[in-house]
Amino acid sequence: MEVSIEINGVEQSHDVEPRMLLVQYIRELAGLTGTNIGCDTSSCGACTVLLDGESVKSCTVLAAQVDGMEVETIEGLADADGVLHPVQQAFHECHALQCGYCTPGRVMASVSLIKENSSLAEDDVREGLEGNLCRCTGYHNIVKAVLQASEAAT
Amino acid sequence: MIPAKFDFIQADSVDAAIEALTEHGDEAKLIAGGHSLLPLMKFRLATPAYIVDINRLTDLKYVRDSGDHLSIGALTRHCEIEKNEMVTSNAGVLAQATHNVGDPQVRHRGTIGGAIAHGDPASDIPSALLALQATVVARGPEGERVISIDDFFTGFLETDLREDEMLTEVRVPKLPDAKWSFQKFNRRAQDWAIVGASIVCSENHAGVGLVNMSSVPFRSEAVESALLDGANAEEAGDLAAEGTEAPTDLNASKGYREHLARVLVRRGLQEAGR
Repeated sequence: MEVSIEINGVEQSHDVEPRMLLVQYIRELAGLTGTNIGCDTSSCGACTVLLDGESVKSCTVLAAQVDGMEVETIEGLADADGVLHPVQQAFHECHALQCGYCTPGRVMASVSLIKENSSLAEDDVREGLEGNLCRCTGYHNIVKAVLQASEAAT
Repeated sequence: MIPAKFDFIQADSVDAAIEALTEHGDEAKLIAGGHSLLPLMKFRLATPAYIVDINRLTDLKYVRDSGDHLSIGALTRHCEIEKNEMVTSNAGVLAQATHNVGDPQVRHRGTIGGAIAHGDPASDIPSALLALQATVVARGPEGERVISIDDFFTGFLETDLREDEMLTEVRVPKLPDAKWSFQKFNRRAQDWAIVGASIVCSENHAGVGLVNMSSVPFRSEAVESALLDGANAEEAGDLAAEGTEAPTDLNASKGYREHLARVLVRRGLQEAGR
C-alpha cells in the first residue's frame, strides 16, 4: 500500500507492506538512520520521534497508521546552517551523553516534554523521561541538560 | 521484530469498523494505540489476518459532562484523560491510574477503550473503573448495549465484547466528594504493576479494584463490604487477598502478591482517610 508521510518537512511516499513499522519506514525508506532501534518492544525509547508534534515510540506504530501525518526526527531539529536546537545544545554543554545510543530518542522525548510543560522541575524531568533508558547511567547530566533547555525556552 | 502478514483496513466511521468486524469475524482485530496489540503481533502471539485502524474516528475522542456521570469516548488518549479537569475533579483515581500507565510516549498513543478492551488483569485503568463502578458502551450491527464493568471482564485477555462489537464509550459516575487513592508497586518506573490498587471511598460508596491479583481485573468485595460495615484501614486491608487468585511469575509469587495487596490496600485506605 502507498503511504505518504511528511518527515522533517519533506513529503515522502513509498509502497509498503501494511506490517512495516514506522521506525523501519524512517530508517530504511527515508534513509534517516538517526532514529535508533533499541529494545523493539516499546520499553527503551531509543526510537522516539514526534508524530504530529507529540513523542511516540516509532517501533510500536505502523507506517500505515501515519499516512498523511507529520513526523519529526532528530535530523529535523538543527536549522539549515547547522545551528543546534536548544535541547541539542544543552545536551552538548551538559555532557548529557556518553555512548550516544539513547540520545536521539531522548532528545525528541525532551523536546515534547518541554513543549507540554513550560515550568519543569527536576522531578518532572525525571518522571517525564521515564520512557527512555540510558545504559551508560548518565541520567544526572541528562536531567541537567533538559532543565537548562527548559529554562532557555521560557 | 516484524508482525506476520495482515491486510490493513482504515476505518473512517464506527459503522465501517463494525462492518469490517462483521465481515471478518475473529480474523480481524481493531487497533487503537496499538501498544498492547503490536507487541503481541511482533512476538507472533497474535496473528490477525485483518487489522482495522480506528485512530481516525475523531468522533470517539471526548470527555463530556453527562449530569451524574462523565462520558468518555473510547478513542480518548491517556495523555488527555490524565490532565482533563473534569476527570481529575470527579474521578481522580481514574486520572491517577491513567497517569501511571507506561510513560509519556505510551500515553500519547494509548486509549481508554483499548486499555479496557484488551482485558489485561495487569492493566492499571480497569482497577480504577471497577472502584468507580463505571459502565461500558458497546456498539454492534444491532445497535448499542450498556455493560456493567462488573460483567465486562470474562477471562484472561477476554471480555464480554462480541466479535462484531466495538467499545465506543466509558461512563464514569461523578464522585467529586469521594476520597481516593491509587497505589502501584513495581520495580522500575515504567513497569507494569506487580500489584496495584484503586480505592474510592465516600459516605455511601466503597470501591476497591486490584491490579494483577487474578486472571481478570479484580474487584475486592470483601474489602468493600468491610468498609461499609465501618472497618478501619487496617481491618479492611487485611481482607485484600480474599477471593483473589494471584499468579506466580518471575516478578513475584502468589504469596508475595497477597502480602502486597494487603499492604497497598491498607495504605490506599489510609490515604483516602479511613
